[in-house]
Parts: sequence; structure tokens; C-alpha cells
Amino acid sequence: MAEKLVYTRTKTIQEDKVSGFCPGCMHGTVMKLIGEVIDELGIIEKTACVLGIGCCGLQMDYMAYDNITSPHGRACAVATGIKRTNPDTFVFTYQGDGDLASIGLAETMSAANRGENISVIFINNGIYGMTGGQMAPTTLLGMKATTAPKGRDPKEHGYPMHMCEILDKLTAPVYLERTSCNTPQNLMHTKSAIKKAFVNQLEGRGFSMVEIVTTCPTNWGMDALGALDYLEKNMLAEFPLGLIRDRTKEA
Amino acid sequence: METNLCVAGFGGQGIMALGKILAEAACDSTDKKVTFFPSYGAEQRGGTANCYVVISDEEIGAPLGDVMDDIIVMNGASLAKFLPRVRPGGRLFVNSSIVKDEIGRGDITVVRAPVTELALELGNAKVLNVIMLGVYVGYTRIIAPDIVWNAIEQTLGSKVSLLPLNREAFRRGLALGEAAREDR
Amino acid sequence: MARVFMKGCEAMAEAAVRAGCRFFAGYPITPQNEIPEYMSRRLPEVGGHFVQGESEVASVSMVYGAAASGTRSMTSSSSPGISLKSEGVSYCASARVPMVYINVARGGPGVGSIQPAQMDYLQATKASGNGGFRMRVFAPATVQEAADMVYAAFDYADRDRNPVLILSDGVVGTMMEPVELPPMKTEEEVAAIKESKRSWAIVGHKLDYAHRAWIQPGQWSTLLQQKENEAAAALYESWKSDARAEEYLLEDAEIVLTSYGICGRIAKSAVNVLRREGVKAGLIRPLTVYPFPYGAYDRIDYRRVKGILDVEMSIPALFLEDVETAVAGRARISTCLCSGGNIMSRDAVLRAAAKIMEGN
Repeated sequence: MAEKLVYTRTKTIQEDKVSGFCPGCMHGTVMKLIGEVIDELGIIEKTACVLGIGCCGLQMDYMAYDNITSPHGRACAVATGIKRTNPDTFVFTYQGDGDLASIGLAETMSAANRGENISVIFINNGIYGMTGGQMAPTTLLGMKATTAPKGRDPKEHGYPMHMCEILDKLTAPVYLERTSCNTPQNLMHTKSAIKKAFVNQLEGRGFSMVEIVTTCPTNWGMDALGALDYLEKNMLAEFPLGLIRDRTKEA
Repeated sequence: METNLCVAGFGGQGIMALGKILAEAACDSTDKKVTFFPSYGAEQRGGTANCYVVISDEEIGAPLGDVMDDIIVMNGASLAKFLPRVRPGGRLFVNSSIVKDEIGRGDITVVRAPVTELALELGNAKVLNVIMLGVYVGYTRIIAPDIVWNAIEQTLGSKVSLLPLNREAFRRGLALGEAAREDR
Repeated sequence: MARVFMKGCEAMAEAAVRAGCRFFAGYPITPQNEIPEYMSRRLPEVGGHFVQGESEVASVSMVYGAAASGTRSMTSSSSPGISLKSEGVSYCASARVPMVYINVARGGPGVGSIQPAQMDYLQATKASGNGGFRMRVFAPATVQEAADMVYAAFDYADRDRNPVLILSDGVVGTMMEPVELPPMKTEEEVAAIKESKRSWAIVGHKLDYAHRAWIQPGQWSTLLQQKENEAAAALYESWKSDARAEEYLLEDAEIVLTSYGICGRIAKSAVNVLRREGVKAGLIRPLTVYPFPYGAYDRIDYRRVKGILDVEMSIPALFLEDVETAVAGRARISTCLCSGGNIMSRDAVLRAAAKIMEGN
């Protein structure tokens, strides 16, 4: 029986480079899914990735395609500049929760409101990773952070922000979905959501965002499996998965 | 030779347009140096408006003078503010329909023109600035009237229907200015 | 080329378009609003793009993105907004992304006054953002110079792969003067400029790790970062011979006025008045305030000169720091200053000059 190739690594990730991510982190997983989608769509030669600041930027060293690091929070603005002047280039941002929902809230909201023809991949793990576990706009109530040592208290810190739902109040966005990578099924669904967001841009439909609920075992103070449990029990309770908006057909 | 003019009045009296048309005419018709400088404030409507025009044979320093050779004053508040800045021997052109005050300076020439009344006579209060521009050009001969008229035409652009009104306004102003010049 | 009568802001915007600028993002602030307004109608006419950003911070990041993809790009603001631009400008400098930005300066600090001032001198020339980068900074005194400097700035930015700043002010930006506009680059020329950047521009490349476009405003490796900083320092050093100043009637000058931008032309008119009165006055007006034309001050005849007069629309005096370095103790320096949005009075300059001539 002839050999049948059933799996090969995506070439979008440079093999001889080492990932800087912690064990159990899902950034690497998502970057691989993104790479596979880019491969499958055959758009590598026209792809520009706009990275945020924080752990979301750690892969700049091992992604094999064009990328630019934006100022903290400004990824959607940088993507706007690239896309407006190069409509044939495929532009996506890759941002964490501190980047997209805190310091970059204005840039995110405004790009979504303008209906920029870009794709946004938003990694929500409820905490600042690279800087060492500070409270994020998405930190869960009661969840401890290095700047909320007693846990997030709504009286003092307000409530976790739901970016998909917030953007859903705007008219322009085409596609908003929240997914996760905690199970094989969810992972496969995340990949199809990413593909949908990317195809939307390729077909000129406008602004799409996939919010991916992920773990941060290191800053949550858990091992990888414990973090998965926590994600299922707590993160997904606060950030329910599902399609928030799909105007792909109308767009 | 340098002439330094300040135009001042209410917002809405076409102050900026008056200064700009004059400066544009100077730019188009001569090799002289010329600047137009609008003073700008935070208010979008009302309040006082003023602008400065300098026309010179040599390089212009500030686009507004510490002292002015000429001022055009369209309302009382502007008179109070700018009168002290006219140099001795300078000239004041005043909208006598609104400004009835005694000028109180013997060392300057005063040209009075009831431009608001004249504009109303012509059926459109808005052309008071074009009348005053005529007065100024007629009196000072700083630029040939037909050049200034070209600049007015350019400013009006596609609003061709306004040409006859503005032509008449400019003509009336010129006549007033020239008459005042004869009377010196 | 016929001269046209144009507002400084609009002449600068048109000059940018003629230089091949095809992307502009900006945010409203007085007194530079005519630049974004002009660009919003002009850029679509030439196949360019205008975006009104949600803030200065976002606008400069849009320019960073557009310029990183090879398009000649520009933003503008006025003093408080320029502070906000510092983030994106520092990123451009670090990532070696060429862009041009204009400060139509107003009074400060804080929200300050919307009227003209020269209080951003140190920010413009010494530290326009974090990280010790430098930029060429041009200081126009007339609408003509403003247009010419913006036009040239795009070439400098591309040559150096570095931001360039035009330090203008509320007078130069809002006044109208006759100007001869620089020639319009053809569509082919503009396309060729963009194509010349293709190897590093973030527009997509063949899958090849070593040759991907990688726009990095920083390095993980401290050694690599130091290397980049050394290369940047060498670049900045190479600009020194490009320092320019207008030197006017210096040879026999007994008093030298020195000033830049709008104040520079007021000082020059004061020199003309002084000369007519028989006073041997001269002028040094830097056209580039970075690199600073220190050499011009070596051409003062210090045996004759009774004093130097620094004229600037800033209190405290800021330009003075560079003048002091340039004069290096060879003559006494006095100042003639105003601030808060007040425009320099030539009479005040003449009074200050008279004091020097009287030996006070």
C-alpha cells in the first residue's frame, strides 16, 4: 500500500526557530491554525500580519511571512494604513486582551465602526501575560492579578468586558464570533471561524473579528490541565462561545 | 514701499473675504510680496473678526504690523481696539452706517463710507464688504480696480447670478473712494 | 511656474501630494485643520487615501502602517497633538519607516493657546519621542519655504528611512502668501518610488523566512538593538553637513540677530530697519533646526560683534540652548521673547537690539 501523507507542518512557521511560549499556552496553537488557513487559502504571498504588543508579539521571530509590530493597542490603526493603501494585501491583526480591549479600545472600536476591510484575531485569556499577570479588562470577577491581589472586585474594578458584544452594537462589522481552543472540536471550529474572517476580507466584505478564549497557565498560577479546567468552568461561563453576528451574506 | 492694512469688524461682515480678495489681487497683478493673515479664535460664529494684509516691495517680516498704515473698521468695537494702532499719518476707513463715534485723532486721515446703508439700498446687506473694498481701492489706488474686480469674480466662482450685484457694489464703493480722494 | 496665493497649511498639503504622498491620516486640532481638510478632498483625486483618525495616536499609527507598506505618507497636528504623535514617530524611527509629519505649532504647555508660538523647539529637536532617536527638522518662515521643505522632506525620509518633521507654526500655517508649487510627480514616478521599497515593505512576499518583510520597532536581542542604535547614530552623524541656515549681512555685523521660523523673518525685517538706520546688523536663521547649523555661528566676526540677540516666541527661551552651544561664550547673548500665542513684535526686537548697541 502506498504511503499517504495525512499531515505536514504549515510552512508559515519557521521550523528552526523556537517558540517563546509557556507550556500550555494557546498562542502557538492559534498561530498554527492561522498559518494553516493562510496555506489553504493560498494567500501567503500577499499576507501582512499586524502584531500587538505583549505575548501576542512573541511569534514575530518564527512566523515566516510579513509582519509588523504595532504600538501597544494600535494594531487596527496600523492595519487600516496598510489595507487602505494596499487593498490587494491580506491584512490581519493579532492582539491580546490588554492590547485590543484596554489601551487599544479606541483603535479597535473605530476600525470596526469604519468597517475597515481587515480581519482581527483577538486572544482573550483574561490577564496581561508578558508583563506578569496584571489585571486586564477581561479579568474575571474574583480572579487574582498582580495588580488586583485580592481578586477583581466589581466595586473597584468594574466588570469583565465582552468585546464581541460591544462591537455588536456597531452597524458596520460583518462577522463577530467567540471561540476557544480547549477541545479538539472547539479548535477545529476556531479554525473555520478564522477562515471565515479571512475569506470575508478577501471578498471585500469588511470588518471581522474572532475572539478566542484561551489560557494563561503561568499567570493564572496553574498547570496546563488545571488551566483548561479553569477555562471551561470560569472563562467560558463569563465569555460564552458562539456566533455573535454574521452578516456575511448581506455584505 | 510697504503697506500694512488691518480689516476689522463683526463676524459675518465678510471681513476675511475683503482682505483676501485684495491680497489675491496683489498676488495676481504684481511681483510684489504680499501676505494675508486671518486672526483666528475659538468661536465659530459672531465675535470680532479681523485680518491683516501686507503688500510690499521687499521681503515681508511679520504678516501684521505693530502699527498699521491703514485700517478698515466695520463696527464700533473694532474702532476702539484698532484705532490706537494706526500710525500717525495713517488712514482709517470707517463704516459710518454703524460707527458714529468721534474719531478723536487729528493725525490720521478718516474716510467715512455708509456701506451698510448702501448695501441695503442695493438690496443685499452682504455686499457691504465689496463696497468697502471699492472705497479702499478707489481712495488708495493700491491696486488697479479692474484687477481687484477680477479677483472678486474669481472669488464668486460659479455664483454668476451674483455678479451684477457685486459689480454694482464695487462700482459704488470705488466712486465713493475716488470722490473722497478728490476732496483731500 | 506661476505663483498662486495659498494658505501655508494648504500649500504644505499640496506640496506633499506633488511629492507623491498618497496617504494621510490626521485628527482635528487648531491651527492645522486646513491640512486634513485639504487632503480629504485632494488625495482621492490622485488615487490616494485620507482617513480621519479617532485620535492623533491612531492617525500616526495609520501612517506607520501605510508608510511601512511603501506608500509615501504624512500626518500633521499642532503642539498638544504632536505630543500624542510621539509614540508612532518613535516606532517609525525604530523600525526605520520613512514618513513626514508637520507641527503647526501653537502656544503651550498643556492645551495652551490656539494662537502661534514656538514652544515646541526642544521637543522637536531633542526628544520627539522615547528612545533617543533623531530626525531632520525643518523650520519654514514663509509659505514658499513650507511647501519646498515638505516636498524635500519626502526624499530625505526615503533616503534615510526615517521620519522627518516640519516645525512650522500658527502664522506660517494660516497665512496666505504667493507660492510657486513644486512639480507634480507623475503616477509612474510615484509608483516607481513605491516599487523601490517593495523588498522591505509589508505587502506580502514569497514564503521565505529570510526575505519576508519584518517591520520591527525593537529587538529581543540587546546586542542586536545596540547594533541598530549604532547604525542609527551613524546615520544621524552623517546629516551634519546638511545643516542649513540663512546667513544675512554677517560679514561686518556688530549685532547678530538669530531666530528661526516665523520669528526669523520678523528678525530679518528688523535687520533691514537697523541697516537703514546705519546699524550694522546681521542675521542667522537656521533652516534646519536639526541638524543645527552650528557652523554658521563660526562665521560671525566676534571681534566686531557687540552682542547676539536670540529672538523667539517662547518663554522660557528654548532655541537659546542651541544658540549658546553655537556661540560658545564668544559673545554675550541677549533674548527678545514673547509667548502665550502673541506674535513677535518687530518694535520689541528693535528695542532689544538698541539696548545691545548701547552696551546694556
